[in-house]
Amino acid sequence: MKVKTREDLDKLRQEGLKSLYPDKLKITVGMATCGIATGAKRVFDALADEVEKGKFDVVVSQTGCIGYCQREPLVDILAPGRERIYYKEVTPEKAVQLLDVSVAGEAKEDWALFRMGGEENLIEERTIRYVESQHGTRDNKIPQYKEFPFFEKQVKIALRNCGFIDPERIEEYIAKGGYYVLLKVLTEMGPEEVIEVVKRSGLRGRGGGGFPTGIKWASCRNAHGEPKYIICNADEGDPGAYMDRSVLEGDPHSVIEGMIIGAYAIGSHEGFIYVRNEYPMAIKKLRIALAQAEQYGLLGEDILGTGFHFTIKINRGGGAFVCGESTALMASLEGKVGEPRAKYIHTVERGLWDRPSNLNNVETWANVPPIMARGADWFSSIGTENSKGTKVFSLVGNINNTGLVEVPMGVSLREIIYDIGGGIPDGKRFKAVQTGGPSGGCIPQELIDLPVDFDRLTEAGSMMGSGGMIVMDESACMVDVAKYFVDFLQEESCGKCVPCREGIKRMHEILEDITTGKGKEGDVELLEEIGFILKEGALCALGSTAANPVLSTINYFRQEFDAHIRDKRCPAGVCSELITYSIDPEKCTGCGRCVKACPAEAIVGEKKQPHSLAVEKCIKCGSCFEVCKFDAVIRQ
Amino acid sequence: MEINVSKVDGVIDSFGGDLSQLIGILQDIQSHFNYLPREALVRVSEKLEIPISQVYSVATFFKAFSLKPRGRHQINVCLGTACHVRGGPRILGKLERDLKVEAGGTTEDLRFTLDSVRCLGCCSLGPVVVIDNDTYGRLNQEKVAKLLDQYE
Repeated sequence: MKVKTREDLDKLRQEGLKSLYPDKLKITVGMATCGIATGAKRVFDALADEVEKGKFDVVVSQTGCIGYCQREPLVDILAPGRERIYYKEVTPEKAVQLLDVSVAGEAKEDWALFRMGGEENLIEERTIRYVESQHGTRDNKIPQYKEFPFFEKQVKIALRNCGFIDPERIEEYIAKGGYYVLLKVLTEMGPEEVIEVVKRSGLRGRGGGGFPTGIKWASCRNAHGEPKYIICNADEGDPGAYMDRSVLEGDPHSVIEGMIIGAYAIGSHEGFIYVRNEYPMAIKKLRIALAQAEQYGLLGEDILGTGFHFTIKINRGGGAFVCGESTALMASLEGKVGEPRAKYIHTVERGLWDRPSNLNNVETWANVPPIMARGADWFSSIGTENSKGTKVFSLVGNINNTGLVEVPMGVSLREIIYDIGGGIPDGKRFKAVQTGGPSGGCIPQELIDLPVDFDRLTEAGSMMGSGGMIVMDESACMVDVAKYFVDFLQEESCGKCVPCREGIKRMHEILEDITTGKGKEGDVELLEEIGFILKEGALCALGSTAANPVLSTINYFRQEFDAHIRDKRCPAGVCSELITYSIDPEKCTGCGRCVKACPAEAIVGEKKQPHSLAVEKCIKCGSCFEVCKFDAVIRQ
Repeated sequence: MEINVSKVDGVIDSFGGDLSQLIGILQDIQSHFNYLPREALVRVSEKLEIPISQVYSVATFFKAFSLKPRGRHQINVCLGTACHVRGGPRILGKLERDLKVEAGGTTEDLRFTLDSVRCLGCCSLGPVVVIDNDTYGRLNQEKVAKLLDQYE
């Protein structure tokens, strides 16, 4: 069937509503990569098995990631007329028990995470209620979704459907208002009008640069040359950032719809989605989504019967970080080595195959349909003066609630880390948060009340980047973190320009010296000098921002550099050349676990007698430290 | 080494001989042969009508490709930032010692190729290791050693 009218969409919407809210009990498993890594597939299979046996008359469904990765696998149960209940850390056995209990109309309070009386339909600006009133709901010990600290401050625009729909069912996307926006745009709006709305909304690129999206679209529309290309950058390479993966796995149609709207506005008929090779599931979900969109005439020839045509191809990356840079990505699309070029001429003028090309990242595209549905004023009412809307952050590292969070721009780091993230585990002290990936920097404890938006992060010597937030506690060595990023960039530098190829290498050598006790006075100053040269001289953003992680750690954590250089000491106990392991005879119970774990036979001792560690044999692998249950291994 | 050229042709045809899909083509060829044999690269250059130097430049630029035979099982240890601060390097060290290869190397019996990878996007579960298509999270040195037995 090809969708041509609103009525056709309505039919699909009805199907979608039926599968979203069936008239019998529905059990849904979160099956994004993160869920599957913790066993969601086994949970799903166990449930499907039970239903197969005919014991339960229920619907088993899958969804993407709702963002609370800490407690996966997550399973939610929606019974007609009742609140939806989310369960944490579900195993196959637990899942089957949950079915039993839920069919009987009960809930497992101990396993529950939160409950939900209804869900938001952002595009249509309404709430879908599962229960008529709060009255008579029993599961009161279970916190409400909006009272649950992790979700309380979140505003979901890009992630609006992640965790709520089955990404393999286009009907469910349509039931949430999807593709109605496209119909409105194609039938009621002119291309320039669309661009005007995006401009006025204040949307800025979510991939790192923060360039105003509407201005980019206008430049590409006005550029000379045909054909024009639309590109979705899904080469999410920043370590510690995975929101794009989550959107592609959980709601691929939001990106596709955004791209079609962009293509219409710019006047393009050919699109590409360049996805990281490391994201096989995202590629799978995208393929399914593209095929469905084509099948219903939402993509391809004569979209929605309007005569507009647009196709999308998926391209897989080859594992090169630099290909997240627009010109390198385009070179790679041309079948060449992924090396960037100088941008004297912008890619909107001459990009892919020297034609005008408009590239935006996944999260940016996913923001487009809601903006077109709700209008520029709605979007620009959220956020700060120069950073509108929301931003998705991946909150990871040493933090209690790891996961994906979407918050309005301008929320403070403290709110993100303590209110949403639940603070630092094991009673440790917060030390720094790294934002912006290898182009960003480390923000120290003193700046915890910094409102997070594009400009404020840059002022603090870091940047928004794609939204990775790696929280570090006192056990992280900041010199080691700086070295980590430089090591990463050294490997990923394409080698085309000298400042980047040589500069990063030299920085790495100096940091290697510092972390192995060979640092000397003047090293820090030399690092700063190289950083300056990189900033001024490198060809692309990989090189020109490469010094940020080093410069920001020097700026905020100079004393740690000095401790390594002058005292040959790693205060956090990370740099292996500067630390020693020993065993505390007071605490050691002689259980022998460390003896078994030690690969170097450096630990000896009688059973039930305190053990001892021979320093000269120790290879400092940390195995003993990890296995000891009595904190008897000392690392200093 | 003799290779089955028709397999290479099949892969190229499945992409419609599209140059913009060169990386995808090389990936599918690699997943068939477990590496990129020279003959296959020559064939790609002929079929796509591009210089062999261009095929080699792409095949050697991207980390995903290997010109040498790889092990039957691919182990990727995540060294993304989140995994790094949670002990990813120690996991890699453990595997290097146990398998007696360095990162990037293949065991003599061609059972495993050990590699590191920068972020798999499962940061909440760090440290993470992927063996073939299976992702394992929340590992430590003890747990990771036990994973290998099931891969022959």
